[in-house]
Amino acid sequence: MVSVEEVYHTAELAKIEISGEEAEKFRKEFESILDYFNILDEVEEDVEPTFQVLPLRNVFREDKPGECLSQDEALKNATHKEEGYFKGPRVVE
Amino acid sequence: MKIAEWKEKVENHGCYDAVAEMLDRIEKSKLNAYITVCRDQALRMAEKYDRGELNGRLAGVPVAVKDNISTKDVLTTCASKILSNYRPVFDAHVVERLKHEGAIIIGKANMDEFAMGTTTETSYYGVVRNPYDLERVAGGSSGGSGAVVAADEAVLSLGSDTGGSIRCPASFCGVYGLKPTYGLVSRYGLIPYANSLEQIGPMADCIEDLALLLEVIAGKDVRDSTNAGREFRFVPDEKRLKVGIVKEMGGNDEVMGRFNEVVEVIKQHHEVGEVSMPSFKYALAAYYIIAMSEASSNLARYDGVRYGFALEKLDSWRRYFSKVRAEGFGEEVKRRIMLGSYALSAGYYGKYYLKAQKVRTLVIRDFRRAFEQYDVLISPTMPALPFKIGELADPLTMYKADVNTVPINLAGLPALSVPVGFVKKLPVGLQVIGNYFSENTLLNFGKQVSELWSG
Repeated sequence: MVSVEEVYHTAELAKIEISGEEAEKFRKEFESILDYFNILDEVEEDVEPTFQVLPLRNVFREDKPGECLSQDEALKNATHKEEGYFKGPRVVE
Repeated sequence: MKIAEWKEKVENHGCYDAVAEMLDRIEKSKLNAYITVCRDQALRMAEKYDRGELNGRLAGVPVAVKDNISTKDVLTTCASKILSNYRPVFDAHVVERLKHEGAIIIGKANMDEFAMGTTTETSYYGVVRNPYDLERVAGGSSGGSGAVVAADEAVLSLGSDTGGSIRCPASFCGVYGLKPTYGLVSRYGLIPYANSLEQIGPMADCIEDLALLLEVIAGKDVRDSTNAGREFRFVPDEKRLKVGIVKEMGGNDEVMGRFNEVVEVIKQHHEVGEVSMPSFKYALAAYYIIAMSEASSNLARYDGVRYGFALEKLDSWRRYFSKVRAEGFGEEVKRRIMLGSYALSAGYYGKYYLKAQKVRTLVIRDFRRAFEQYDVLISPTMPALPFKIGELADPLTMYKADVNTVPINLAGLPALSVPVGFVKKLPVGLQVIGNYFSENTLLNFGKQVSELWSG
């Protein structure tokens, strides 16, 4: 069972504002999807997990300075900017 | 259209006229396969080709690029409102390689929003229609990349495949599509959805073209730390192979009827047996848990500050981020981010995410066992014919359509979709799965199947 409160809590974790209508819709969908995911309860615990499929370990490159973005390029896609900086929302509430 | 046919056209009419004709076809098209058409840039490149100034293995060949692959100064939206104004300041590694070989990037192909979907219906820019039936979907998430190759709105295309997103549209549009081994193609500049699963791959109208495009895009790139540093070269051969039919990968009667006919044809040249993969029962659930979890982390970057959709007024950070994301993301993307956040949240990590990664180990074991016995494995690419638009309204029903394609991404293996004719006037695809870095075997086998089937 998934409660509306859990949906709101998850939306808060994900930083997505949702309406009451959306919360109820997501609640129903999450219930059926999570119910399907419960099939994994059958899987034995005693198996090593695989987080990535390549046999790669500690991939390094040479520490050579190269070209990087100019300040203008870095700011090109930002809507809010000021004096060569990104302008973000207030962080102290 | 094959590259050979395109070259003949260019020889007869010049590259400029050939490209102009293609651009006109795109303009009149009902498929909605492009988000951005690079008209001026494509025509300029064509002129350059006609002057003899464009060289390389893809010189003068129009290529469509999926809209989650970064193209410098060209809109790259991921089919999302949240990136609807985003122009990358750099090219993806694969785009650098295309340009180096003289390819003409003709446009940015429509797709499911952030590649999350099986039908291209989640695109902010509207659904891509199937070239063989406008009331049906072209597949997803690389629906635009599949449709343009089928409808001669490009000669080649690039897609990306996280759980079947190249193979599904290849199957539904009757073209060839390859999901390469994880690490063969650099993901630098591919806007991430689920990093541990996805690869960029080629789509084309014949095996030779598919192989050439893979040769161009595969190879070393230090900017992707999961890059295997391997090159790819296509070497034709006609080996007799041991072919395993995967029992757990099936389809409805229409698809299985065709699949069984194809198997009979394959038996003329190859040894065919059956193989069972018990872990596949859990693969779909494991795939979605991993993909959603990675998505919830990856898509945290969209906050309306450094790029993308922004609100006019900056507010407190919680309210601002939550509002930007509420307005900028579509429903399926929100669903996956939230389910991923849920699966990773305190108390559920062991139940969902860790368990899913254990299933991954089991899936890899099953494949390893199968490849001790067989050279390639086969199945229908999709369990059904192209869906009607709107047919998969329920999310879980849509997820289940990926049942034959997701185990490959969990294991990081390569897989090919080969068109095997039509049922009820709709294309059907055969999926061919190979061992790690066995793309050459897959392509050669795919070529044989095509020849046997059409012959």
